[in-house]
Amino acid sequence: MIDLDDIDRALLRALSADATESAGALGRRFGLSQPAAWRRVRRLEEAGILAGRRVTVDRAALGFGVTVFLGVKLATKGRVSLEDFERAVTAIPEVQVVQHVLGLFDYRLRVVARDIADFERVLRRRIMTLPGVGQVEANVLLSEERRPGPLG
Amino acid sequence: MLDDTDRRILRQLLAEPALATAELAARAGVTAATCWRRLERLEAAGVIGARAAVIDWRRMGYEVEVSLRFTLDKTDPRAFDEFLDGARGVPEVVSIETFLGRVDVRLTVIARDMKQYQEIYRRRILTLPHIADIEALMLVATIKDEGALPL
Repeated sequence: MIDLDDIDRALLRALSADATESAGALGRRFGLSQPAAWRRVRRLEEAGILAGRRVTVDRAALGFGVTVFLGVKLATKGRVSLEDFERAVTAIPEVQVVQHVLGLFDYRLRVVARDIADFERVLRRRIMTLPGVGQVEANVLLSEERRPGPLG
Repeated sequence: MLDDTDRRILRQLLAEPALATAELAARAGVTAATCWRRLERLEAAGVIGARAAVIDWRRMGYEVEVSLRFTLDKTDPRAFDEFLDGARGVPEVVSIETFLGRVDVRLTVIARDMKQYQEIYRRRILTLPHIADIEALMLVATIKDEGALPL
């Protein structure tokens, strides 16, 4: 793990709001030369701390009005391998996120659909037919907000 | 409103948001000039919003990630607002989601280790207002995390 100073944390904060800001603009904001800002960003990328980009889109405008989080419990642990379940669930195009968790459920899924009827189709045809799937709980996403996190 | 060209560009952009416009154009099978124009129009229309850097918290030493699912005491009309305001004040909360369902709000909380998690949980989370019930899911592994839409 690399050491970070206050300027590194400020750069991370700025880039997690807008990743397109240039090294020159970042440098001006934080009192660095353009090459110095570029070197710092490069170092954060090489350390794997800056791990790519995420683009926010208006999903509703693109025709995907519904996002649902599913908690999935496997019914037949031991008989169906986790790998089989994971392989099948990651192949579903409507499933954006798959997380293996400990607790009330075994997996958390983020599913996008055009509308509730489309979600029902995905749930019945794709999710409920997955190998080993047991209890499923659905919560419809109303709003989401990403926070800057512990960056000082 | 969107035509096939828009959809092709969006599909490639969502699959790999860090692509330079020239490469994005090549993958979508359009000229760089068309790609620029389309992206600008989609941004102006608000279809494409912010492009944010993804921070890998594990690489920063935050080994623990817990998904906390809350049911709030909705007899108080201010429950949501006051709970959300309180949650925004906790630096280790990296995302806040609200739901329609059995769960009202979900917070993603990160910590350096279990000891720090316990501290955050007791001092900052349990003290948030209007909590009726909490369930915790501890992240073992993220198997897939993509912004792609089946356009």
